[in-house]
Amino acid sequence: MSYIAMKGITKIFGDVVANDNINLQVEAGEIHALLGENGAGKSTLVNMLSGIYSPDSGSIFIRDQEVKLTSPRAALELGIGMIHQHFKLVEIMTAQENIMLGQKNGIFLNKKAHAAKIKALSERFQLGVDPDKKVYDMSVGEKQTLEILKVLYRGADILILDEPTAVLTPQETEKLFKIVKKMKEEGCAVIFITHKMNEVMAIADRITVLRKGKTIQTLDKTTTSPKELAELMVGHPLDLSIDRVQVPQGEVTLQVKNINAKNVEGIEVLRNISFHIRSGEILGIAGIAGSGQKELCEAIAGLFPLESGDILFNNESLVGKSPREIITCGITMSFVPEDRLGMGLVASMDIVDNMILKSYQNDKGLFIDRKKAAEKAKKIVKKLDISTPGIHHPIRQLSGGNIQKVLLGRELDSDPKLLITAYPVRGLDINVSYKIYDLINEEKEKGVAILFVGEDLDVLLELCDRIMVLCNGEVTGIIDAAKTTKDELGLMMAGEKKQYLEGTEIV
Amino acid sequence: MDATISFLAAAIVAGTPLLFATLGEIITEKVGNLNLGVEGMMLMGAIIGFKTALVTHSPIIALLTSMLAGAAGALIYAVLTVSFRANQVVTGLTLTTFGTGFAGFLGQNLVGQVVPATVKSFFRPFAFPGLSKIPVLGEIFFQQDIFVYLSYLSVFIVGVYLYKTSFGLNVRAVGENPGAADVASINTTFYKYFHILLGGALCGLGGAYLSLVYIPVWQNNVTAGRGWIAVALVIFAIWNPYKAVIGSYLFGGLDIIGFRIQDTSFPVSMYFLDMLPYIVTVVILVVISFRKSKENAPPQGLGNPYFREER
Repeated sequence: MSYIAMKGITKIFGDVVANDNINLQVEAGEIHALLGENGAGKSTLVNMLSGIYSPDSGSIFIRDQEVKLTSPRAALELGIGMIHQHFKLVEIMTAQENIMLGQKNGIFLNKKAHAAKIKALSERFQLGVDPDKKVYDMSVGEKQTLEILKVLYRGADILILDEPTAVLTPQETEKLFKIVKKMKEEGCAVIFITHKMNEVMAIADRITVLRKGKTIQTLDKTTTSPKELAELMVGHPLDLSIDRVQVPQGEVTLQVKNINAKNVEGIEVLRNISFHIRSGEILGIAGIAGSGQKELCEAIAGLFPLESGDILFNNESLVGKSPREIITCGITMSFVPEDRLGMGLVASMDIVDNMILKSYQNDKGLFIDRKKAAEKAKKIVKKLDISTPGIHHPIRQLSGGNIQKVLLGRELDSDPKLLITAYPVRGLDINVSYKIYDLINEEKEKGVAILFVGEDLDVLLELCDRIMVLCNGEVTGIIDAAKTTKDELGLMMAGEKKQYLEGTEIV
Repeated sequence: MDATISFLAAAIVAGTPLLFATLGEIITEKVGNLNLGVEGMMLMGAIIGFKTALVTHSPIIALLTSMLAGAAGALIYAVLTVSFRANQVVTGLTLTTFGTGFAGFLGQNLVGQVVPATVKSFFRPFAFPGLSKIPVLGEIFFQQDIFVYLSYLSVFIVGVYLYKTSFGLNVRAVGENPGAADVASINTTFYKYFHILLGGALCGLGGAYLSLVYIPVWQNNVTAGRGWIAVALVIFAIWNPYKAVIGSYLFGGLDIIGFRIQDTSFPVSMYFLDMLPYIVTVVILVVISFRKSKENAPPQGLGNPYFREER
């Protein structure tokens, strides 16, 4: 008999069957990966296990007892704790206050009594949470650890992690895996939702693959391969390698010379950065989140003021130009932030209006030409295979992947000469990610210079021509992607090694 | 000196209805609900308290019914915004309109009637034993009526409740991030209802202070926009009940400064002085909006309905 068993679960939202007769069994002391593309129904399924949704039909058994999970409280009383993709933390409170929330504390807050228990748990699972730190001062990784501590504190021994690594740096992911393994040793059951193959292979014991709301198969890690899993996930044979298209490189398109910048708090975020990109070249940027990637992209796009230095585009200085003028030069930037919302699109508008956002100033006359934009929208929907009920549907209601496609599609449509794209595949499933790599390669073949900010080192190594590593706002290396390794990149990301490709500095 | 002390003591009296209403709105906003019906709930409390006083001649029952009236107004708001997730701003505005009409209707034959003597004498100022002996401060703060002492107590209770009890922690969590509160097994719906009603009851008390003590004769629209000032005072006080005291008394002072200056030969228009509280409100709101800090920000969930199965 199983620790957790979900049998014949069906959940319908409006016309969408999110879960169709799904079965899942998890044992104690097991890390069970739930694998599937976006929209496969993973989150819906576990939300029913954590009491957020209730199933339309089917039954749930915990330790062989049939249960009705009507609220998160009911689920937690049975030991089920869920770590949501969007953290459920109160920003202005300290770690400890967040942990104490909703607990039976007696009338007055007794911080001391809780502090000891929190410390003990934190040590047992090696979490390293500072109980007095305010949540708004925490990094994403710290917040996630706090979430884990929170549910452990409430006595959870079944832990559900909903795409926990989507927002983490490689180092933070490592730490999370250590914690998860520690929990397994302590006899907890862990359900790990993901669509990243390498993570599944790194920590899962068994894997259940979902596709389009249905259970496809449950497999043992030892008897399967990433390729098999990926194919089960997408439902057809798949090639997992990314091509590095060989294109004859042209002139230097972008040249960045010794730029320095400070943020509003006066901290140096870009220090003496110099590099160049040629047309038909992809320059990848690797680095721990917050090493200056965002500021660099924004500086080129004219959104972040420089202290000193120069940025030359086709030998013309961009410094002092307005973002609008920079766009007219043929530079586009798409930045997908950690929470994947915002940045360039208006959620309540439809695809057509989001197209107009960037182009309305080129229209003549007083009125907006929606016809042209609608055609453009249709073209992008078709080209990028965006699934939407129509081009007049608010993009808020599309899935994250489709929203990102709209963003990228719009940027590509303006025929840029320099394409800056940061985290374009953040949170996307395999199919869409590869589609996006293909699109980027297509642009490269057209002779576009591409600045690609990425988080997956494997992808950077395969896709880019050269990789520039940032650490603390400084360049710690510019190297040939074909002649380096992940370990080498990792050292540079940590700032422990510096290396420059010869001929990089053409000043 | 005596004039200053008597002015400050009077500012407290004038500020007391504001203080009750501000405390009520703070509690409401702390669970994430912006209730713009303060003016309406105050008027409901004012008329019901006044009418009860006329009928029963009992100050205690009058206070209780005024609280019930304010809470009843808040209940309308709570049902609409919490259960039916109606727009909070529109619902609050409607509640103000409703409360104004409600008080006008019930009070149409009462205009000019005076609060019964038993009630009046109950609310007569008296020297608070011991504390009134403190020089200056005692004369300002502790030569007041029992209703004012009740407001001091309310501030203290609300402050301790919000910051020192586990319920207060939960309240703040509900207002900041109801999703987080929900997964922490806090009953957000109950918390919202309870505190919206409690807030309404305090607004009702604020109204009763106006009709029973401050102006113990019934007149139409007795609140005269004080409910709106209370809403602004919540921001002034950055959602902190202790700071609400400062704001309320400051505005109480502005409210009466017109009468005081009239007596002197200071050359300033009466109408200008009447405008003062509103001008100061606008100025303060502008100044406060410049002060960006995570600690002093409004509750993050303020104004947003919460629905667990939203996707």
